Amino acid sequence: MKYAWQRKFYISRLAILLLFAGFFTACSSPQESEKVLLDENFQPAYGGMLVDGTTAEPSNLIPMLASDSASHGVSGLIFNGLVKYDTDLTLMGDLAESWQISDDNLTITFHLKKGVKWQDGVEFTAEDIMFGYQTIINEKTPSAYKEDYLQVKKAEVLDKYTFRVTYVKPFAPALSSWGSLVVLPKHILEGKDITKTSFSRRPTGTGPFKLKEWVTGQKITLEANPDYFEGRPYLDKYIYRIIPDSATMFMELKAGSIDLMGLAPVQYKRQTNSRYFNNNFRKFRYPAFAYTYMGFNLRHPWFKDKRIRQAIAYAIDKEEVIKGVLFGLGVVSTGPYVPGTWPYNPEVKKYEYNPEKAKALLKSVGWRDDDGDGILEKQGKKFEFTILTNMGNSSRLKTATLIQHRLKAVGISVKIRVLEWSTFINEFIDKRKFEAVILGWSIGLDPDQYDIWHSKKTGEKELNFVGFKNKEVDKLLEAGRRTFNIEERKKYYYRLQEILAEELPYVFLYVGDSLPIVSARFKGIKPEPIGISYNIEKWFVPKQLRKYTISRE
Amino acid sequence: MIKYFFKRLLQIVPTFIGITLISFFILHLAPGKPTDIMGELNPRMTPEARIQLQKQWGLDKPIIVQYGVWLKNLARLDFGDSLSTDRRPVWDKIKERLPITISINIISMFIIFLVAIPIGIYSAQHQYSLPDKLITVFVFIGFATPAFWLALLLMLFFGVYLNWLPISGLQSLGYEHLSVLGKITDRARHLILPVFISAFGGMAGLSRYMRSNMLEVIRQDYITTARAKGLSEGKVIYKHALRNALLPVITILGLSVPALVGGSVIFETIFAIPGMGQLFYMAVMMRDYNLIMGGLVIGSVLTLLGNLLADISYALADPRIRTR
Repeated sequence: MKYAWQRKFYISRLAILLLFAGFFTACSSPQESEKVLLDENFQPAYGGMLVDGTTAEPSNLIPMLASDSASHGVSGLIFNGLVKYDTDLTLMGDLAESWQISDDNLTITFHLKKGVKWQDGVEFTAEDIMFGYQTIINEKTPSAYKEDYLQVKKAEVLDKYTFRVTYVKPFAPALSSWGSLVVLPKHILEGKDITKTSFSRRPTGTGPFKLKEWVTGQKITLEANPDYFEGRPYLDKYIYRIIPDSATMFMELKAGSIDLMGLAPVQYKRQTNSRYFNNNFRKFRYPAFAYTYMGFNLRHPWFKDKRIRQAIAYAIDKEEVIKGVLFGLGVVSTGPYVPGTWPYNPEVKKYEYNPEKAKALLKSVGWRDDDGDGILEKQGKKFEFTILTNMGNSSRLKTATLIQHRLKAVGISVKIRVLEWSTFINEFIDKRKFEAVILGWSIGLDPDQYDIWHSKKTGEKELNFVGFKNKEVDKLLEAGRRTFNIEERKKYYYRLQEILAEELPYVFLYVGDSLPIVSARFKGIKPEPIGISYNIEKWFVPKQLRKYTISRE
Repeated sequence: MIKYFFKRLLQIVPTFIGITLISFFILHLAPGKPTDIMGELNPRMTPEARIQLQKQWGLDKPIIVQYGVWLKNLARLDFGDSLSTDRRPVWDKIKERLPITISINIISMFIIFLVAIPIGIYSAQHQYSLPDKLITVFVFIGFATPAFWLALLLMLFFGVYLNWLPISGLQSLGYEHLSVLGKITDRARHLILPVFISAFGGMAGLSRYMRSNMLEVIRQDYITTARAKGLSEGKVIYKHALRNALLPVITILGLSVPALVGGSVIFETIFAIPGMGQLFYMAVMMRDYNLIMGGLVIGSVLTLLGNLLADISYALADPRIRTR
């Protein structure tokens, strides 16, 4: 009796709170100078600051030592590379004015921009690149990115502004590897133990912003570098606020305490369509450089047969997965590249949802439901397998659930097991103790995929863990690394995608969208395939829209 | 008494070593290594580089050797370096978060005691009355409400709709430009919601505890005697009953000492408070052995000292224990 009464009280308390919530939503659309905010024709002006929300705190701002995206996000504003990606995803010079590749594709000569200064005023020269290169190949440097630099046979400083590298074999990803990972100020770091230096928390770069303050677990303040070689950024300050919980971050955005965050699909679709949001924010949407897939263990007797893999691909409704998991904010993936980028081949075999075809294929291989329990059998064995995925990624789990449902319909019983990351990798992936997995790869901007698909990379701890072996693919991957010519590489990678689509070592599922939202105060944002933050130094806040008055000191 | 104290103090040493030994081994039994975060499924990490990294961090040696090295460093009060990519000394990482967690915990514990004890006494004094029943209901609601849910609702209500309080974090942007008074107010405003949430659950427990202690004491013969002597009800309750009812609370206080440095992951994550909970959660997920061990050492030392403290103060407060 007492219990029932308590529950009633509890419910009415909830109802009151909800009522309050409803009441305040109703009267909370502020009548700000809406038209002014949405106007895009402003003259750029210096000043203002941007507050960016990040869920994770960076660990180390020396790019070659960090392996988390939070660190690379911050260090990307502080450092430059020799080359960077242009908005159309081709390479362009950053600290390098130009470069030449020798006819045998073995030597790259970089000509550096003159007069570029480190943020402490010392000039940037080829010696700094040499220092960065020597640091990363040093065996004492715990860098996860060594591989590309170990291919270099010889590196030389020809003069103050010329740097040359020679490779043992032509290596196309080489050019893009001369980004910001290997540019370090020699005059500051020479003779110091790179793992022990305060530089990792107080770096000096050449980039548009310099680090001003880092309050652990709370915020990182960057301020404009007035001597930036591409011109001083318009914004005075760029502040990262560390807010681990995305629901909290969304409230901070709503309350106007942060200006920029990445939205979850549900927030993009359902929670940011009010007048308040339309008037005060701009939302962006473009494919993220990552795809999600279901990979098979190709050593498993069933999954050895490509017809079974194809049948499973036909049985999965990928559109449904995108609708259900991503609220439609993504596209079907057909191979390991992002649609719309140059290596992407749109003409490969696609597996549209077709359960009848899946059933027919399975039947042709001898799987049939003899005992009438809805599950297929062959030689007395039921078609049952387990999909593994990692903890903490709800979209993968939802995807697995939808796949489970669809496969059941064609007579395959699927179990789902969610594992903590380290256990997943060490006990299951490394020991090859899995039948199928749902995982994702982030896609580098260079199309080289040697490590993931080459038959030499199936060893322990190597990335071709599904055990895919195909002679033609091996050849294509090698050829793709040997030339810098985009048209030629395109041919190889187009063919690679055709083979992968036919052989299906993975069922490629989807490429989700990046969904940043930015306060409408910020102008000069031009979305491109590469994203929105590539021209951060050109973002500005018009004077009349400025919100913080304390930012200038 | 002094002999008792030293005996207890000596007992702590082997217990402590036992704790560290067992935790160290269990920690290394969990699948995965600190190098995983950098190296796993990373196309650019070669197997040689992975082995090199493990060697550099001393992870290739047998566990017992690793434990020996760790214990030797600890004897010099050196917790070692964090095994994450920042390679900072463990103590530095703990040091910058410790004051935040401790101050929030002390404030909320203070509030818990301040509110819960009077509530408990009142409920006991007026057992089964309407206010007592209301308090009971309230207390059970406090027990049952998930803290994260209540936190989000309060943040939405006070932070977004009313815009009275900041939603998360410890200080506003531009904090450094405020006057001293402004800084204090700013800090306080940021602490209101987190402290309320962390005190809310604890209040419920302690007030029930206080109520049942008090009820037990009130039924004792000496209380009847006191009443029979014609003492006023206030004197009976506050002079005679309360003192005895408070005895078990001392134990609770002692046992709460280690909790002062512990933080809650969920609570810190929601309020974006850089406390100990988040630090150790991340350390566990990344298998940062040195950092986890650092936290365990602090926690176990405080637990042992807290227990000792509780026993000693108990002995001081209660003559029955002293004479035994």
